[in-house]
Amino acid sequence: MSKKSTEPTGAAAVSQSPAASVHANAPANAKLSAEQRIELYRKMVRIRRFEERCLPVYNSGKIGGFLHLYIGQEAVAVGACSLMGKDDHVITAYRDHGHAIAVGMDTKPLMAELYGKITGCSKGKGGSMHYFAPDLNYWGGHGIVGGQIPLGTGLAYAVKHQGKKGAAMAFMGDGAVNQGAVHEAYNLAALWDLPVLFVIENNGYSMGTSQERSSAGELGKRAEAYDMKFYICGGHDIYEVRATLDAALTRAREESKPAVVEIDTYRYRGHSVADPDKTYRDRAEIEDYRKTKDPIQVFQNQLVLEKVLTPALIEEIDAAARAESERAVEFAEASPFPTVDDIQKDVYWETDQPKRTSEGRIFFNQP
Amino acid sequence: MPVLTYREAIRAALSEEIERDPNVVIMGEEVAQFSGASQVTAGMLDKYGPKLIVDTPISEAGFIGMGIGASMLGIRPVMELMFWSFYSVAFDQIVNNAANVRYMSGGQIACPIVIRGPANGGTNVGATHSHTVENILAHHPGLKVVVPSNAADAKALMKTAIRDNDPVMFLENTILYGEKGEVPEGDITLPFGRAAIARAGKDLTIVTYGRCVLHSLAAAETLRASKGFDIEIIDLRTIRPLDVDTILRSVAKTHRLLIVEEQRPYCSIGSHIAAIVQEEAFDELDAPILRVGTIDAPSIYSPPVEKQQIPNVDRVIAGILRLL
Repeated sequence: MSKKSTEPTGAAAVSQSPAASVHANAPANAKLSAEQRIELYRKMVRIRRFEERCLPVYNSGKIGGFLHLYIGQEAVAVGACSLMGKDDHVITAYRDHGHAIAVGMDTKPLMAELYGKITGCSKGKGGSMHYFAPDLNYWGGHGIVGGQIPLGTGLAYAVKHQGKKGAAMAFMGDGAVNQGAVHEAYNLAALWDLPVLFVIENNGYSMGTSQERSSAGELGKRAEAYDMKFYICGGHDIYEVRATLDAALTRAREESKPAVVEIDTYRYRGHSVADPDKTYRDRAEIEDYRKTKDPIQVFQNQLVLEKVLTPALIEEIDAAARAESERAVEFAEASPFPTVDDIQKDVYWETDQPKRTSEGRIFFNQP
Repeated sequence: MPVLTYREAIRAALSEEIERDPNVVIMGEEVAQFSGASQVTAGMLDKYGPKLIVDTPISEAGFIGMGIGASMLGIRPVMELMFWSFYSVAFDQIVNNAANVRYMSGGQIACPIVIRGPANGGTNVGATHSHTVENILAHHPGLKVVVPSNAADAKALMKTAIRDNDPVMFLENTILYGEKGEVPEGDITLPFGRAAIARAGKDLTIVTYGRCVLHSLAAAETLRASKGFDIEIIDLRTIRPLDVDTILRSVAKTHRLLIVEEQRPYCSIGSHIAAIVQEEAFDELDAPILRVGTIDAPSIYSPPVEKQQIPNVDRVIAGILRLL
């Protein structure tokens, strides 16, 4: 692929205006080892290189449907998911690649899923919008705006009901906050003191409609109507994301209290790759964010200041991420598609077992 | 054998399952303090407490979705819809989340939720509260659809539903809640997809379910007395899975099929069964397959006229007489 379509993370970019993060000394960050910091950085780079590698594959026609890229928002998913304990859970909408990699999913089955291959993380049955890894407490990957928020509330309900000390993070975009299901979930969570964080990744646009053209008032502040605490923070500095969510998560786990967390972020690409991105925002706006707030660049600068990252290590991480995305493409290319016989598998729990529990006909096919 | 109402039979199943499995919770509007809008859960709050018997706000999308999410982590929520008619405000949660989450995850997630409540007309509550949604639900692979016609089946099928690892849509009937029947004590279950021969006969097969089983039995008795007809009645018990074999066996015996359902004819359960029977038993049929259903309009309020809009004994008799 052309290097032009990728964001710079190389040593050449390091020199621009580094200023130490004011959140570096927050408890959640101060305790991080150098290895852990590098791992956060590496995950952000891996997400970006994976998604950049998706684009030419999509343009070659090998990926069908939609492809909603997370590029520009990486610090949010990586920062949030890095705080997860064993009884914490994550669910998100259709811009779900970043969270998938952040929770620890392997990029090979992620790429294979985009190709619609049987080796995909959902066996080619879900596609880009429907990544799941329940073994990593990652519950999707959901296609209907806001529809996942009641589910995330249910995850929190289950955690509480089972007496575990965990919390659920239910991610949504700024476009989701006007959906009724989101407000119903807010009410239930507040009414029943459920340990759920409603994390709004506010990238400023619900598809092509800017926040000011779609939402009245401040998004996070809507929590007040439900007597919920809310947090608002920047999403370009992973330390800020971690500091904010650590406080909110700790409160959720310890006090079983929900909260809304609005995180200011930005996406560089269109809503999906089908969005030519020419009608609703200026290129200058994107360039400005990229130059001043790119989350990978910001964290790279920070870690250089901390002497955790060196130019050589930056190059090494970047090269490894590129190689990893190449291997993911090779894996996906080499994998088989599901067969027509696979269409009716994974529909019912029952029919996936060696022996059915019910009788009668459960699928209705034309003879 | 104890005689229970349909309502008490469902309550018995809920109570026995809540005592058997700590993951079972009962939730819905007015299920706890109010004792249930239809009294199905009466007394359960006192017995099991507010952690297991949970009143929800009027917020179907929210609490049904929450139940689905909780079920993914192993809770077995039994969610009451005060009326199945309110499914429409939770439809996205039911069809996109409950029905699809297993599939979209490549089989990684199970969703053992039961959504229950009455789904019937005939109570003069107008179009918004009289939806019969079994066809709409059964259209979605991933969902199971249960439609018990009597107290014993209601208990056994509810226990099966709660233990099932797939999302089960359990459709009751407000007019049946007070109907009494003998119900075995203790742990009875029935496999989904096993129809009952509610009445054996040889002249004509009626395939039906839910309250229409009662109309069909009454019509069959009337015509036995007046004309000597010997009618077989199949109570489907579940719509998905569907006991196709029992239907085909009966048609092979009687060669005439009448489908009786509280459904509008267009895209109904009967449409589907008629399609299967003509595909798979065309040579067995000596007459066209006929259906008796709901007159095709929104549910009318006017009490005496609503009785005519949905199937009743007279309309079932008229249907039989067109075939015999």
